[in-house]
Amino acid sequence: MKTMSYREAVRDAIAESMRASDEVFIMGEDIAEMGGSMGVTQGLLDEFGASRVRNTPISEMAIVGAGIGAAMQGMRPIVEIMYEDFITLSLEQIVNQAAKHRFMSGGQLKVPMVIRTQGGAGWSPGAQHAQQLEAWLVHVPGLKVVFPSTPADVRGLLWSSIYDDNPVVFFEHRLLYPIKDEVPETLEPIPLGKARVIREGKDVTVIATGPLVHRALKAAEEAEADGISVEVVDPRTLQPLDEDGLIESVKKTNRCVVAHEAVTRMGFGAEVVAVLQEKAFDYLDAPIQRVGAKFAPLAFAPAMEQFVVPGPQDVLDAIRKTVAKA
Amino acid sequence: MSKTEKKRALTEDRLREFLREMLLIRRFEEKVEERFRAGELPGFLHVAIGQEAVAVGACAAMADGDVFGSTHRAHGHTLARGTHPNAVMAELYGKMEGCSHGYGGSMHLYDVERGNLGANAVVGGGIPAMVGAGLAFSMRDEPRVAIAFFGDGATNTGTFHESLNLAQLWKTRTVFICENNTWAESTPGWQHSPVWDDMSKRAVAFDMHSIKVNGQDVEEVFEKTSEALEYARSGAGPVFLDVETFRMHGHYIGDPQVYRGKEDRDEAAERDPIVRLREILQVTSEEWAALEAEVKEIVDVSVEFAKNGTDPQPEDALKNIYA
Ligand SMILES: Cc1ncc(C[n+]2csc(CCOP(=O)(O)OP(=O)(O)O)c2C)c(N)n1
Ligand SMILES: [Mg+2]
Repeated sequence: MKTMSYREAVRDAIAESMRASDEVFIMGEDIAEMGGSMGVTQGLLDEFGASRVRNTPISEMAIVGAGIGAAMQGMRPIVEIMYEDFITLSLEQIVNQAAKHRFMSGGQLKVPMVIRTQGGAGWSPGAQHAQQLEAWLVHVPGLKVVFPSTPADVRGLLWSSIYDDNPVVFFEHRLLYPIKDEVPETLEPIPLGKARVIREGKDVTVIATGPLVHRALKAAEEAEADGISVEVVDPRTLQPLDEDGLIESVKKTNRCVVAHEAVTRMGFGAEVVAVLQEKAFDYLDAPIQRVGAKFAPLAFAPAMEQFVVPGPQDVLDAIRKTVAKA
Repeated sequence: MSKTEKKRALTEDRLREFLREMLLIRRFEEKVEERFRAGELPGFLHVAIGQEAVAVGACAAMADGDVFGSTHRAHGHTLARGTHPNAVMAELYGKMEGCSHGYGGSMHLYDVERGNLGANAVVGGGIPAMVGAGLAFSMRDEPRVAIAFFGDGATNTGTFHESLNLAQLWKTRTVFICENNTWAESTPGWQHSPVWDDMSKRAVAFDMHSIKVNGQDVEEVFEKTSEALEYARSGAGPVFLDVETFRMHGHYIGDPQVYRGKEDRDEAAERDPIVRLREILQVTSEEWAALEAEVKEIVDVSVEFAKNGTDPQPEDALKNIYA
């Protein structure tokens, strides 16, 4: 074991996959000399050269579309969309093109590409630089969607996403980049579609994604002091979803909270709740609680931002509610 | 040198082959119109009657290994690149023997073996992928080209402009073929583009090599496309083909064209590329009758083939979503 930051883990997965195969290349805005607006791709230009580490014009449609064409012709492109908010510009290409070519061709084509992007609140970026839009993409058959929360997971899952034969939308979170944790000595691929129990517990399961995994862990510690034992499960891959993994945990604890930074309404958590009530209803001792952002664009002033975005206290409150409803 | 001895890049046999292909596409699409009106074909369909010389000339210029992306008006491109009429017709009938196995339909014809990476029903949506395919060829230094077909209306989309910019910037092995039939559905060129009567000006903005083409002259289409492909194949950069052509029928099958005057329709009819080539080749009426009979047989067989094709099972709808 060694230690890596989430940022280093992303970079390492990209570099390792580029070392492993010439099919892999990366393109995006300001990713070359500057190393990306989040510094993730620093050093890649020096190692792999300008042909495989390509600075692009500000053309979200064309760079995703070019990734699609290259993927259909045997490459494994990684396309970086600088901010998750800007994925809206490339949605046509992602939703109508990348997700559909295999299907519309009756299985003749495959589109092995990764669209990496990052978002997240907590630094007063305002309403156009911090949205969490993963729910938009899990709604589209033909796409895989990944949202890792730890350095080890992001490293292993990014490798698997790059070598997956489908278009994968890969969400990173801005506040997670500096987080440091243990990772395997050499990169170990993690299969897509497998949830991970991050913390074991007996009384309530918190199914959390991205930064809410870490906020749930904080909440779990506080709950522990009250004698409530909390299990934290991270689906890691949102599509395909490891339903069995989530159900298994809920069957054990009989209570559940779902938590994400995205707006609660129509969020990814709504789907998780629906799956659990369909398939684990008899095991539930209390209504499932949802934690997410309030239904508002993200305001600039820190006080307003903090009010809208869920923190550890929101998760703790939800945990207490499920336990109170025994 | 007498008139008949005019120097040609193509032999008369080759031109006769082009004529046969154009006629096949024409009769195929007329049959499609007929079968649609008879209620046999689901969905909605667009024929490219009047634009056959573009499909035949451009596709004949392509080499094995070249790839292309088409549009909602894709029957001609697909047939011209060698997909069997049976497979195209079966697709229009939604059969598993179809070139997209019933998953695509008229607006999503694919034949990857022959380089057809798909017809696109989102106007402009298929253009960026041809930049990416051309990029892959450049990166691996393969002498292959990716060709994007699209209409005049598509030149107003963001993907078009982003794609030309990126292709020229990176010198991808891409050829852009703009089939300017001066109509975007019901909207005439002068209402949708400031440069509708000279689309090559679009390329100027990106410093891209462009070539003007008379799309009703199959020989010229072949020659100019060959020139463009050679240029792109060498790695010199992408090329924009500004092809002037005519849509003789409605936007979609059944379009009453209330928006279109008689004069414009007449002009299109006068510019029929098949009539033109027939005259140039001085095809006798006996030869013509034989050609018609040959083509009719192929089209009729394709309908029979399609009708006898296999219907997919409803549950097949859940296949082919992931690789
Ligand atoms: C993005 C998008 N907008 C609108 C449409 C509806 N539509 C289909 S074809 C068409 C006109 C396209 O004109 P052009 O690109 O010139 O092609 P043509 O039909 O002349 O072959 C329109 C507006 C569409 N399919 N996609
Ligand atoms: Mg048009």
